[in-house]
Amino acid sequence: MTATGPFLSDLTAHELAERFASGDATAVAATEAALARIQATDEVLHAFLTVMGEQALDQARAVDGARSRGERLGPLAGVPLALKDVLVTKGVRTTAGSRILDDFHPPYDATVVQRLRDAGAIVVGKTNLDEFAMGSSTENSGFGPTRNPWDPSRVPGGSSGGSATAVASGQAVLGIGTDTGGSIRQPASLCGVVGVKPTYGLVSRYGLIAFASSLDQVGPFARDVRDAATLLEAIAGHDPLDSTSIEDAPTDFTSTLEHGIDGLRIGVVKELLPDTLAPAILAPLRAAIDRLERLGARIEECSLPSFEYALSAYYLIAPAECSSNLARYDGVRWGLRAKDPTDVVDMMQRTRQAGFGPEVKRRIMLGAYALSAGYYDAYYGQAQRVRTLVARELDAAYERFDLLVGATSPGTAFPIGELVDDPLQMYLSDVFTIPVNLAGNAAVSVPAGLVDGLPVGLQLVAPVLGEALMLRAAHALEQDLDLPKRPTDVIPMLRDLQEAQP
Amino acid sequence: MPISRADVQHVARLARLALSDDELDRFQRQLSNILEEADKVKRLPTEGVPPMSHAVPRVNVWRDDTVGPCFTQEEALSTAPAVEQGRFMVPRIIEDEP
Repeated sequence: MTATGPFLSDLTAHELAERFASGDATAVAATEAALARIQATDEVLHAFLTVMGEQALDQARAVDGARSRGERLGPLAGVPLALKDVLVTKGVRTTAGSRILDDFHPPYDATVVQRLRDAGAIVVGKTNLDEFAMGSSTENSGFGPTRNPWDPSRVPGGSSGGSATAVASGQAVLGIGTDTGGSIRQPASLCGVVGVKPTYGLVSRYGLIAFASSLDQVGPFARDVRDAATLLEAIAGHDPLDSTSIEDAPTDFTSTLEHGIDGLRIGVVKELLPDTLAPAILAPLRAAIDRLERLGARIEECSLPSFEYALSAYYLIAPAECSSNLARYDGVRWGLRAKDPTDVVDMMQRTRQAGFGPEVKRRIMLGAYALSAGYYDAYYGQAQRVRTLVARELDAAYERFDLLVGATSPGTAFPIGELVDDPLQMYLSDVFTIPVNLAGNAAVSVPAGLVDGLPVGLQLVAPVLGEALMLRAAHALEQDLDLPKRPTDVIPMLRDLQEAQP
Repeated sequence: MPISRADVQHVARLARLALSDDELDRFQRQLSNILEEADKVKRLPTEGVPPMSHAVPRVNVWRDDTVGPCFTQEEALSTAPAVEQGRFMVPRIIEDEP
């Protein structure tokens, strides 16, 4: 099909850039295409909490104006982007998916938002998420769930389900998510897009509404690896406003993408690809690993036994940090405040009771318990020591391997409502993604194929600041697999839309 | 169950959550399930292993002590639910002298 007019947002950012340069498309036309797609599909998908139509078009006009005057443009100039609503935007409603921030209009922009603007990206809206990024299905949003574009009766994954859905369905070309325990990679796997969890400290967290500060990291969604790498280049780099931001980190992830993977040593982590996985899920993942081998990589199995304990450690560490971070929602400085309080404690208790949803309360409770007197060392302290062991085992594995590989998620997208009353089963969705966050390593989920019409992703894991090599391998696999990528070619619900167009 | 209803009530108080009776029951059950899974961490021998609190170890990140851009008072208060005389307003905390 020809990707013109209403189908411009089905192109990748690098395809769009070529059309902008040759004069075959404008930023306004691309932005209008994204907004039209949102208009046509978001009643069903509910990927967006706030659509920034007017601002986006103003920004697009400014980009087109600058181009016509021959001004130097940023690498993402005119590309429509979906921003997870957990990054603050000056004057634009920012909810973190929570009723407690229903009407919060921050007085500043996150560093990532500023960098996206500098790169010329057009933010078309703020996307839905599990409340405060806590969840694996986007069902924990205070504003209703997002639906998976491949099958709207199913979840898109989470917590960054809105951004993954927007990119998969052509509501945007690029997306920004955050990943604390898998919240970029798991929805990328379930929505059939590329999702990158960068090394902890590569991307600034300034202006990111905190969930678990020692694990949270911002990263890109895209429909191919080149776009993901370009977006990561735009947002990465030291920020003096984030004291955990790494100085002098490499920020070139595109120039070596085509270099291939001949001779690369890749370890298949037994704990990330157990034989107990459903055979239908294992098949495309094993086939993808075979392709990596045919492309010249040296594949060997390895075992990282501490990974068996990573999920348990994570569900003590992340809630502990969350219980501390979310203490700030007390009805004093932002958001909701309970009416007619008898005293200040009553105000805080009733504000938090009314504003937080069940999963957030559960995690605050769990964290407060794990940190409370008498339990601190047995739970939180022990979890921190397990974290050390996970990181050490990964470091030892990198002496033998350049990259590690495994499944991103134990399954494909599950039906909406299936796990919502069983928090522990929901937590198990993240069993393959969590170890990477504990160690601060980099990882990417790249589409590996379909199982019964639903996408499944392969996870590649790299040591701290190993993004360039990791994306190079992901790119080689993607080029070799050559799966169709355009939303209107692959997403069933968009076929009707395509036929309806003249 | 590893966690009693009284524990749940105590933690809710610490966390400033006015939970309903239903929630106290539900959280007792769910937190017990989760803690049983979390108990796994105790099975891994960790003697002599130092705790890890951060993925990228950093010590004392300094910056020059110079004044940079910051919010105006108006901007800082712009998101508050209640403001009086240029300050965040809360219910009375200190009682009148007897």
